[in-house]
Amino acid sequence: MRKSKWQKIMPVLLIALALFFFYLPIILTMFFSFNSSRSLSSWSGFSLQWYQSLFNDRAIISAVTTTVSIAVISTLIATVVGTIAAIGISHTKPLIKELILSVNNLPILNPDIVTAIGLMLLFTTLQIPKGFTTMLLAHIAFCIPFVILSVLPKLRRLDPNIAEAAMDLGATPWQALVKVIVPQILPGIISGALIAFTMSFDDFVISYFVTGNGVKNISILVYTMSKRINPTINALSTIMIIMVTVVLIVINIIPLFKKKERTVLE
Amino acid sequence: MSTFRNLVKPYMLWMGIFIVIPMLLIIFYAFTSEGNSVITVKFTLDNFIKFFDSVYIKVLIKSLQIAFVTTIICIIVGYPISYVIANTSSKVQTLLMLLITIPMWINTLVKTYAWISVLSDNGIINSLLVKLGLAPISMMYTDFAVILGMVYNFLPFMILEIYTALAKMDKGLIDASSDLGANKVQTFQKVIFPLSLSGVISGITLVFLPSVSTFVIPKLLGGGQYMLIGNLIENQFITVGEWNFGSAISLIMAMIILISMYFTRKFDQDKVENGNKKEVKHA
Repeated sequence: MRKSKWQKIMPVLLIALALFFFYLPIILTMFFSFNSSRSLSSWSGFSLQWYQSLFNDRAIISAVTTTVSIAVISTLIATVVGTIAAIGISHTKPLIKELILSVNNLPILNPDIVTAIGLMLLFTTLQIPKGFTTMLLAHIAFCIPFVILSVLPKLRRLDPNIAEAAMDLGATPWQALVKVIVPQILPGIISGALIAFTMSFDDFVISYFVTGNGVKNISILVYTMSKRINPTINALSTIMIIMVTVVLIVINIIPLFKKKERTVLE
Repeated sequence: MSTFRNLVKPYMLWMGIFIVIPMLLIIFYAFTSEGNSVITVKFTLDNFIKFFDSVYIKVLIKSLQIAFVTTIICIIVGYPISYVIANTSSKVQTLLMLLITIPMWINTLVKTYAWISVLSDNGIINSLLVKLGLAPISMMYTDFAVILGMVYNFLPFMILEIYTALAKMDKGLIDASSDLGANKVQTFQKVIFPLSLSGVISGITLVFLPSVSTFVIPKLLGGGQYMLIGNLIENQFITVGEWNFGSAISLIMAMIILISMYFTRKFDQDKVENGNKKEVKHA
């Protein structure tokens, strides 16, 4: 009996400890973002002053704007280009396909810092002034491979004759593409877009190396501000954490309601 | 179907510019000396000789050590957690995996910054220690802080991989094993663990490789003096301005990572193939 009791407690204890470890820094960050003093360890009263200073801080507002606009634009472009490229790849001969995919995998397999330096050297060589444009181009470049990788498996499962059937019935290639192929691979496109968006939104390393001219995204801003303890960062972190959590819960709960066997995040 | 095949051509051009040329540029910089223009290129191995010469190789070894320790901790801690989760009811599994994966989606800098307020000299742990009448411990800027930060960032990947391998395992095999007289330890050793090994291996790649190359975590939790290979590369490009040497280090690191990835994948495939063969034989 004693053994079975122990066996019941152990797993619960383990999971509790794991969750404590994962959520301790997150909850502390959120908690002390409402602190009325600068301290991150002793509570001196509730206050929204760090949120106030957050919304009055030009540097933070511009970093948020940069991050969101780069994430939105690069996701849109990467999703369209990646989907088109994936459809093309699925129709090439096996040997060429293999070659394209191994080049396409390079940015995924390479450490971020290597991709970052490669792009930095490219922009320097081409003499493109570093700033918003270079950051955007870099984000598009590292997002496309992920879109391709999430669209390709859906194309593999697609009946190869389906597009031909549409065209035999009088559809133009464009119509066959938009009305027949795309709806079939839509789950792959959506998950590709989600991956691209989060990759772009969270990126630090690549942005850090290819930016210039004072253009910063949120990650770069936190990096440069982290030298001193600054509760304004906690306020910003809290907003980001809440956003991510809400999005993830919604994504995970919708399928439960719909009861459809669609895996949005594969 | 050549209409659709042509769709790949613009992307091939794009890949050439944004994937192939950057890699070639790194190689070019790594094998040339500083300050020459395109007309007076001078090829040299000096950058590599410099790296293998002295303090720099120690940085590489240290990075590999830290990444190794991080990976081992992630396996030891992550395996039991995944095992417990995989053995709960499917609703609890969904909930727990959601809770484990939420931190994964939070910005790395935000997460790592959060640890500073826990670990710093006047952080939460030390103020608790002082309240309890104990001496404060200096935790920031140590190997401990860096490894903790890495484990925190990469453990969810390990758990996710091992959990996936355990969850898709055919539960009938476990019943069969105990029906055939194996006790729980034997079943784990001979059935469950071998079948989850592919998850452990992909977990290792997802933990070890980013741990080798990260420079954010050591910089924030290890301080400005803390040097891992990623910090060394960052310094060459951002502070020192020795792009040629920086490119050489990047090239060495990329090689180490691509080669080790190749071998883990090969090992994984062999395992899977052997496993299948065994299954076929037994059938």
